Amino acid sequence: MTDVTLRPEIYREPMSQEKFGIVEKPLTLFERLYNQNWLRKLFMLIVIAVCWETYARWLDNELLVPTFSATVRALVHGIASGVILTRAALSIKVLLMGFSAGVFIAAVLTFLAINTRLGNDFLETMTAMFNPLPAIALLPLALIWFGLGTGSLVFVLIHSVLWAVALNTHAGFRSVSTTHRMVGQNYGLRGIHFVMKILIPAAFPSILAGLKIGWAFAWRTLIAAELVFGTTSGQGGLGWYIFEAKNLLDIPEVFAGLLSIILIGLFIENVVFRLIEARTIGRWGMQN
Amino acid sequence: MGRVGNTLPVVEVRGVTLQYKTSDRLITATYRVDFNVLRSDRFVLLGPSGCGKSTLLKAIGGYMRPTEGSIHVNGRDVTRPGPDRMMVFQEFDQLLPWKTVLQNVMFPLVTSGKFEWAAAREKALGLIAKVNLAKFADSYPHTLSGGMKQRVAIARGMAMEPDVLLMDEPFAALDALTRGRMQDELLALWDEIKFTVIFVTHSIPEAVKIGNRILLLTPHPGQVKAEINSVPRGKSETTASVELGQKIHAMLFADAIEDTRHD
Repeated sequence: MTDVTLRPEIYREPMSQEKFGIVEKPLTLFERLYNQNWLRKLFMLIVIAVCWETYARWLDNELLVPTFSATVRALVHGIASGVILTRAALSIKVLLMGFSAGVFIAAVLTFLAINTRLGNDFLETMTAMFNPLPAIALLPLALIWFGLGTGSLVFVLIHSVLWAVALNTHAGFRSVSTTHRMVGQNYGLRGIHFVMKILIPAAFPSILAGLKIGWAFAWRTLIAAELVFGTTSGQGGLGWYIFEAKNLLDIPEVFAGLLSIILIGLFIENVVFRLIEARTIGRWGMQN
Repeated sequence: MGRVGNTLPVVEVRGVTLQYKTSDRLITATYRVDFNVLRSDRFVLLGPSGCGKSTLLKAIGGYMRPTEGSIHVNGRDVTRPGPDRMMVFQEFDQLLPWKTVLQNVMFPLVTSGKFEWAAAREKALGLIAKVNLAKFADSYPHTLSGGMKQRVAIARGMAMEPDVLLMDEPFAALDALTRGRMQDELLALWDEIKFTVIFVTHSIPEAVKIGNRILLLTPHPGQVKAEINSVPRGKSETTASVELGQKIHAMLFADAIEDTRHD
């Protein structure tokens, strides 16, 4: 005898499909609706709005907490009269100026950093120093250097965008796989062409993450800075709108200002960046 | 690129010693290696892990300079990577994920200035069809299987019509069934186009099947042990190929097997 036990062989006929209870069955309408992310979130928002409305009515003090409906009325009125829109446009204009300047400087610094050792040391030291420094802390200094106005705002915005974007882009470039680098070199790509055609797309997930963080920092910094002063004499962005409304004790308008800041932030983060993500790293299968 | 007569080697490797540094030591990968690759050769570099065959291929690709000796491709000294020596890597991530299959194959054609856009597209589509991926021309690489990605990489390499195609264990990461089919497809393509290829592998059966000429390298550092002819094309399933495999095996493992560490 061998040391394995001999057993009979087994052959079976698989059951035909009809004999199973359920092979495939559509989910109920409720299950399908419950699976929709946005629907669940919308439901949550409605609950919150109802709680807000009830509490504010019970409190009955518009100077502390205006009702949800009063806030919506103030918001609708602000949009209809064009005040909120012009203020928002002003904020976004300044934001874009600061944001694009910051991204441009970040691009230059990162390009130097990947090509020279000195540039690398410079970028690493500067990001280590300035990344933990909140941009708003530089505002007093900016006011002395650039005075009341757009210059100061752009300065703090650049500071808030630059380090986050540079840090992420640089990290992204360094983590581009050896194989992709070798493929690029194989095609004879060098210098700026290598950066544009291989490094940037290969590092795009990190770059996009950097842009998102930079945008978030910049938006928060801008609103905070605007609370201190308007962009130009008499004219200001959304932050200034809130500050003015508070001085006039028009609290529903303060809430309307806050709400529009939230709405714009949500739109950029959840629509604009989500769309860019879906069109690029999502389609390329590079999203982690 | 001027045509070179059959007698002149396409790739000429003369006394090449390759050394590279890791963080704590200097490693000699190959020592004074000589060989010639002729037009339409399927030249296989065969040896166990740590014999420096991949390093040698990278040197021909222009990714590193020899510390001693010289490498010439069609008479030109190799100094840097270039599209006249297209590489096919082992890694599945060698395709650029932000480009479709078609764009991946077209990219080097256009970037190197060898083809106009329309001509490049036509050329690329032709080769994609040759590797049986016509249906996937507009797919992104992450939707393809490992074997399909390697076929795209091969199409990309051949579309450039390089002086020599450099393949670095391109099938090593595939499952055995796919690997066998890929080897057959590669040989069928060779029958059609008769391209020159240097193929690195550590598998003796693969070397016997793919190559017409096999260079055996000893491990650590790699030195030439033998340069032999393989069995004729189409006879890879015969006893001759089995005997050749046994002969190679005996030669490679003639010396006591050392447990060499490498990274």
